[in-house]
This record gives sequence, C-alpha cells and structure tokens, in this order.
Amino acid sequence: MRIAVIAGGRTPERDVSLRGGHRVTSSLAKLGHDAWLVDPADVKLVEELRQHSPDLCWLALHGKEGEDGTVQRLLDLLGILYTGTAALDSELTFDKVLAKDVLRRAGVPTPDWVVIEGWALRDLGAGGALSTAVERIGLPCIVKPSRSGSALGVSSVEREGDLAGAVMGALSFSGAAIIERKVIGTEVAASFIGEPLEALPLVEIVPKDGVYDYGARYTAGATEYYAPARLDPSVAEAVRTAAHGAIEALGTRGVGRVDVLVGPGGSPSVLEVNVSPGVTETSLLPIAAQAAGVSFDQMCDCIIRAVGARD
Amino acid sequence: MTEFSIDRFVDRYASRAAGMTASEVRALFAVASRPEVVSLAGGMPYVQALPSSEIVAVAHDVLTEMGDVALQYGGGQGTPELRERLAMLMAEEGVVADPEDLVVTTGAQQALDLIGKIFINPGDLVAVEAPAYVGALTAFGAYEPRFLPIELDDDGMIVDELDRALVRGERPKFVYTVPNFGNPTGVTMSYDRRRQLVALCREASIPIIEDNPYGLLRFEGEAEQCLRTLDPENVIYLGTVSKTFSPGVRVGWALAEPSVVQRLILAKEAADLCGSSLNMLLTQRWFSDEKRWRGTLANLVDTYRSRRDAMLDALEEHLPEGAMWTSPSGGFYVWVTLPEWLDAKALLAAAVERRVAYVPGTAFYPDGRGRNKLRLAFCYPTEERIREGVSRLGALLREEQQLYGSLRG
Repeated sequence: MRIAVIAGGRTPERDVSLRGGHRVTSSLAKLGHDAWLVDPADVKLVEELRQHSPDLCWLALHGKEGEDGTVQRLLDLLGILYTGTAALDSELTFDKVLAKDVLRRAGVPTPDWVVIEGWALRDLGAGGALSTAVERIGLPCIVKPSRSGSALGVSSVEREGDLAGAVMGALSFSGAAIIERKVIGTEVAASFIGEPLEALPLVEIVPKDGVYDYGARYTAGATEYYAPARLDPSVAEAVRTAAHGAIEALGTRGVGRVDVLVGPGGSPSVLEVNVSPGVTETSLLPIAAQAAGVSFDQMCDCIIRAVGARD
Repeated sequence: MTEFSIDRFVDRYASRAAGMTASEVRALFAVASRPEVVSLAGGMPYVQALPSSEIVAVAHDVLTEMGDVALQYGGGQGTPELRERLAMLMAEEGVVADPEDLVVTTGAQQALDLIGKIFINPGDLVAVEAPAYVGALTAFGAYEPRFLPIELDDDGMIVDELDRALVRGERPKFVYTVPNFGNPTGVTMSYDRRRQLVALCREASIPIIEDNPYGLLRFEGEAEQCLRTLDPENVIYLGTVSKTFSPGVRVGWALAEPSVVQRLILAKEAADLCGSSLNMLLTQRWFSDEKRWRGTLANLVDTYRSRRDAMLDALEEHLPEGAMWTSPSGGFYVWVTLPEWLDAKALLAAAVERRVAYVPGTAFYPDGRGRNKLRLAFCYPTEERIREGVSRLGALLREEQQLYGSLRG
C-alpha cells in the first residue's frame, strides 16, 4: 500500500509527533508498504496528497489540527482513508470539556470538574467564580487546558492563591481551562488496537520524581513502567471496564489510549482518551504492545488492517 | 509482570546526567524555529553579513597552500600563528596577552567545560551572576557544583552581595561573569564594580572567569577595562571569534596563567586531542587581513545597532505598562521584566501560537527564579521582523493583563 504518514505540524507536540512519525514510516517500509512522511508545516497538505495520491494516511499528528478532527475532516473531503478515529469523535475526544461530559453521561467514572472559559473570564467576569470552583472541587486540584496534550499547560494546585496563575497557564494553551479534583493514586494507561478494538495489557506509570510531566514522558529512563500493571485482578478488571466504557462512549476506532487513575480503594477514574497515542520510544502504546508480545511492526500492521476492516 | 525500562542503561548513568531531560521549552522551540514564527529566542549571529566570496577565497587558499596541515591533527594548544592573531584581537580591548598563555578551544563553550573539569569537584560552590549565561550553567553543571547566584543590576554583578556571601563563610571555587553586554541581560559591568570585584576576589584568593564574547560588538560609548587588565594574575579570560567572525568555525580560547594553561591543554587533549586544523587556519587567515576583518566587524556592529534600536523602539511602543527592559550598548540581548504575576514560561506556548518566540527567564537561573522575565535577541531577525515580533508579544501581554484583571475580579 502507498501510505502517507502525516506528522509534525505546528503544535507544541511537533517534536514528539515527528519522532513517532519517523518510527512508523520505517516500520511501514519494513512491512513492505511504500511509506513516506509528510509534514503539513513544510508542504501544502492537500497539494501533496493530490500529487502522490496515497491509499491511506497514517495520522501521527498530535494536538490541535491533528487530533481535533481538522485533518480527519479534510481527508474525508478528499476521500482518503486514514488510521484511527473519525472526525466528529476525534473532536469530541480532544476537547476535554466535551469528552468529560460524554463520559459522565455514559456512566464512566471521571474526576469532578468545572470549566473556566477564557472569554467568560474576559467578558463575563467569571474570575469572581474562582472561589466557587475551589469550594466545589476542593484542594488540591489539577488545572489543565481543555485542548492540549503531553501534559503541556497542566499544573497541580495546592493553595487557592496559586489557582489564578495555573488557570492563566492552562489558558496559554487553550481557550478553556478545566479545574479537576486531584485523584491521588496509581496512574495506568489502557491501550487498544484493531477492529474491533482489543485491549492490550495495562501499563502502570511510575515517574521517578513523582510527577508524570513532559520531562518524565519523553526522557528515556525518567519513568518506570510495569506491564501488566501491578494491580489486584479485580481492580485491573474495573480499570478495563472503565476504559472500555470510555472508548465506547467516545467512538474510538482503530487505536486509542485511555489514561486512568486508580484511587484509594481501587476505584478507577478516567482522565482522558487519546485518539492519536504517542508512538515514540518512550510512549505507552508501544510498551503495552510489547507486553502483549506484539512487536512495533506488528502493532503498526494491526492499526493499518483496522482501517480496511471497518464496516 | 515485567518492568519495562525504556532505557536499558538507566541504572548505569552517572549522577551528572540526571539533569539532562526532555523539556517542554525545547519542544516549543521545535515550532519556534519554523519560518512563520519571529524568533527572538536564539542568539544566532547574523552570518549573512559575512562576505561569502572572500571566505570562499580564504578557504581555497588555505586548502591549496596548506592542505597537508589543514587536514592533519595539530597540537592541543592551537597553532602559534593563530594564538598571535587572537592576542592581537584581545589587544583591541586593551588586554595584553602572551600567545604562549593561550589555549585555543572549540568555541569558548569548550573552555567553560574544561574550566569545570579542572576546577570543580562535586559539591563545590561556583559563584555566577543571576541571571547567568545558560551555557555556562550547563557546562559547569555537568561537574555537579552548587551554584551561588549573585544578583545583577544595571551596573552588573552586585559585588556587595558576593562580599556578604564571603562574610557568611561561603567559599566559591571561582566567580563567573560576562561583564560586557552580558547574556541574557545585555548589561555591562561598571568600572567601579569591576574594581570592586577584582579587589574582593584577589583578597579572598578566588579566581575570576571573565567570559567576553560580545566586547567588540559595542554600539556606542567607551569600553570599560577588562577584568583581566585589572588583575592579570587572578583572571582567566575567555574569548571567541563566534561574534566577530563565524560561530561555525568553533574557535574560542582561554587566556590564563601558565599553570592553568598547562592543565587546560591536557584536559583539551583528553577531550578531543586538538581543535580543527582547517578551521584554525581559516580563522588565522581571516584575521591576517586587517582591513577585511575590521570592515566586516564594522558592518556587523552597524547591523546589530540598527536592530537593537528597532527592538527598543518597538518595546517602547508595544509593551504594556508594568514591563521593564534593559537598554544594552552592545551585544545581542534585551532582558525584559514583566509584572510579578506573569509567568513567561507558561506564556511561551501562547506566544508561539501567535508566532513569536523568546527564551523564558527561568533558563538563566540555577534556582528556578526568573518566572516573570524573558530574553529577547535582536541579532538575527531583520528590523521589520523584530518590530512585528515585539508587536505580537505586546498584544499577547496586553491580553494577559486583561485576563489577570478578570481573574482578580
């Protein structure tokens, strides 16, 4: 097959996307495909795709434009197949404000939250409601941008006085900030691949300095991973059920990763779902695949086949 | 259950490699280097101002006349002819140097590493300006010192602060300073401060590392005496041709007492045997034609001066009330201080989205300070791009101010 791997772009996750994109491109070549990398920041994507007419696009973009349905809609328009989730479901999943509502309505556990919109702050005086947010959610809390990835713009707030700064930091990445109850517990990633989606072993994340931030994600050795996660069988089952509920509710297709926190007492909370999980050498999806005895090449093959196996 | 270690050498690394991690600021710079972004971040010299045909001619001459030397290993100290030229360059700023007391390094950056290597034991105290050149912090940092940050003001390092630290019983191994148009502040140390620093360090027997990459890029006014001139025995002087000629040739040097030079040479030979013979010959040849190098330097200074002016004018026009900045008389950088509540690091993503980039202030402090500060470089973008970039930054800061006002109710 002729496959254009779309990676790079102009988001803060450009670097991560390119690293993953290069890995996928060489893997696809090993699998016998004619694969090449296309960086939409370097070329006009539509022209490039028209000129080289791939059979399929592998979406390795992260963040806005790549995960929020924009590229997916464009490929729908051009009539080109692509890996992963459809446009509307991508958009829904990427926007954590919408996604959390969808999860809650579907009965999937997710930490309590409130939303502060940037424009509401500017035009409606929503700043006056910050103290209400603290009362509702409690401290410590997590403040994050509604639309961003790789833990960029995320901060943990212990004192009410630090909340305004954290909200401004999150709004630097996105139009809205989510203030979420902080769940203290074990961080677990539940990855799925294929059509229908099949669960890979749960991966437990243990950052060496306690926080799974950007540095801990992308520095080899800064985080320890256990796969399968060291959870009681009943807790692991509860995590799988919650994660499965999340991808069902959000319409995830072909590949996805659900980030879950296991709180005290073993109850899982879904933090978010990623439609374009990272595939760098330190990313969770390839680790989960490896734990299942699935090589990186086989994983890529499975994600490609999922596109053809759709209804 | 299997423990997955992504990096199978993770338990083997030395503790000095622990701080070498991925960072979101680096990730943002991957976008910031895109052509649509006005990057006021990197301090890249404007090499386009160099006369390329003349450089081609110099390279041609070097390779045809001295190819067998240019392509061969050389001595660890660097060729005597080049050291003579570099001594001549230092004389421009009044520094008297015996070429024998020089060791040529791979940029002044290697000199910083070698100095770390020969002076710093883990846990040793090193006094640096706060803020300090980030490359010095990382070079020294590899040898696991503790840093003693000494505040700066418009007259450079506040030497009284260093004095108070010494009175408290702190004993730094050495003091590191960029006294002329410093990186990141653009500030120049006043004559009084220079004398005070030299006297204090001499009395306490603490060597000074004087790093002077920007001294010859003076836009106006008279040069202050170099620290090395004030106390040749106690000051190790670092220079480079990166700003007066080309950063690509990687030619820098250290000037020090013979005993120090000897150790630096041995450390240099252990690190890379010798510098690039080809680049050293190229540099030596370039600086052998006085009219040529002076003309090129004058062009560079004119260009940077116009860009500095464009940046200061644009800052005046676009930055909101409450922001302050330095007004350098040379070099590459302006240092901006924002109101306390603004976090320049958190704001970088929004800035890059608006297609302007800078370096957040925290990079230049060893202790996490500088959140409301940022460095702007005027050396590389054209005046028009500088104005555009500062205008974008100003718009963003005004919006943040409005947002902050709303958050505070």
